Amino acid sequence: MTIVALSPFDLTLAAGLVFVLALLSRAMRLGLERQLAIAAVRMTVQLLLVGLVLKSLFSHVHLGWIALVACVMLLAAGREVLGRQKRRFTGFWGFGLGTLSMFVSSFAITILALGVIIRPLPWYEPQYAIPLLGMLLGNTMNGIAVGMDRLTSIAWDQRTVIEGRLMIGDSWQRAIEAPRRESIRSGLIPIVNSMMAAGLVSLPGMMTGQILGGNPPMEAVKYQILIMFLIAGGTGLGTVVSIGLGARRLFDERQRLRLDRLKVQ
Amino acid sequence: MSAGLELAAFGCRAIQHLDLVVAPGQCLGITGPSGAGKSLFLRAVADLDLHEGRMWLDGVEADRITPPQWRREVALLPSESAWWYDTVGEHFEGQPPYGLGQLGFESDALTWQVRHLSSGERQRLALLRVLANHPRVLLLDEPTANLDEVNTQRAEALVDIYCKENQPAVLWVSHDLDQLKRRCKSVYTLKQGRLTLLDVEVHPA
Repeated sequence: MTIVALSPFDLTLAAGLVFVLALLSRAMRLGLERQLAIAAVRMTVQLLLVGLVLKSLFSHVHLGWIALVACVMLLAAGREVLGRQKRRFTGFWGFGLGTLSMFVSSFAITILALGVIIRPLPWYEPQYAIPLLGMLLGNTMNGIAVGMDRLTSIAWDQRTVIEGRLMIGDSWQRAIEAPRRESIRSGLIPIVNSMMAAGLVSLPGMMTGQILGGNPPMEAVKYQILIMFLIAGGTGLGTVVSIGLGARRLFDERQRLRLDRLKVQ
Repeated sequence: MSAGLELAAFGCRAIQHLDLVVAPGQCLGITGPSGAGKSLFLRAVADLDLHEGRMWLDGVEADRITPPQWRREVALLPSESAWWYDTVGEHFEGQPPYGLGQLGFESDALTWQVRHLSSGERQRLALLRVLANHPRVLLLDEPTANLDEVNTQRAEALVDIYCKENQPAVLWVSHDLDQLKRRCKSVYTLKQGRLTLLDVEVHPA
């Protein structure tokens, strides 16, 4: 099987679809044409850039470069998590909480997958390391963003209940127990659902890509299964860690609920 | 160090530099205009808000007592009580010591659904929940604001019994000056961050 290479003309044809959508948006006064254009251009530029980065990364395999790219990816994911919070922690914690948890979970699981499961040579072979880390970060980011947003919203809305529990002598752990559980659950539900639907409703993007790229379907499927397990583990670990840290941060050393540590952005 | 609740150089958003001792069995009334910060003051004493200065309970400084323990001993009854389980009884650890009957409830009140309670029922049950912890200091924030006359008397009588049996130090916040005169030996006004002794006779309700 050979890969059908795409020409710029092919991509332009596809871009025509977005152009038609923009015209439609104008005709129907959806007010989305500007955002559509920006998003389409950003997507194209970002992907072309990352293609260039990967190209040179693959030809100069060096742990330092890979670490640098990984850091950039992590910081971008951290910013994204922050941007999706309605109420975020003030100061360093706003950015630090999500980023730290993503670092712990995504990096740990990527290294586990590379070192123990896939075992490419060298273990940091960028052809494996970068896409793996990217998929883990992308999914963990979603879990953490959803979970943290939920935690801070519940804490804000249910301050009377949380403080009511503190007043009758419950510890901060008991006072935040229900919101914490609820937040972790909401962070994990998307990955559980996507495992449920995988293959039946949706053909996961990575697998589709591999098949389009000419790989045998069963190889693509095996990789997809591996990735799904890794993502579930990474999202779970990352969400639990970030919600745990976030819940702790909502209280001070005298176990007072400190909503002044949140701000609406 | 004195027994009961002691505050030294105490300050919070509502009050500046307050020195205060409330001895066991003593009831101190606080009134004042709305928004003066009476509730904020009680919250700070329950260590729910940041504050300056030092606090002691029976001679033990607050930071030597864990926060949950402090809040069980220095119990705040807020004007709006919070409930988080479905039934009333789940909010009590074991049987409440007394009071269901005295507060005008049937004995099965503990099995009631919280969402069916009226605001007055919530307030009376919240009082009971606070007393069930056997606190040594009671911080009562408008404890009878939602109650009719009969139930106000019932609630006051219950606090009375508790005070006789346990001799707690009490800070009682209310707009009802008559109530404060009935219950408290001394009544203070909180205004512009200061507590001043109110001469009850000169300022009738």
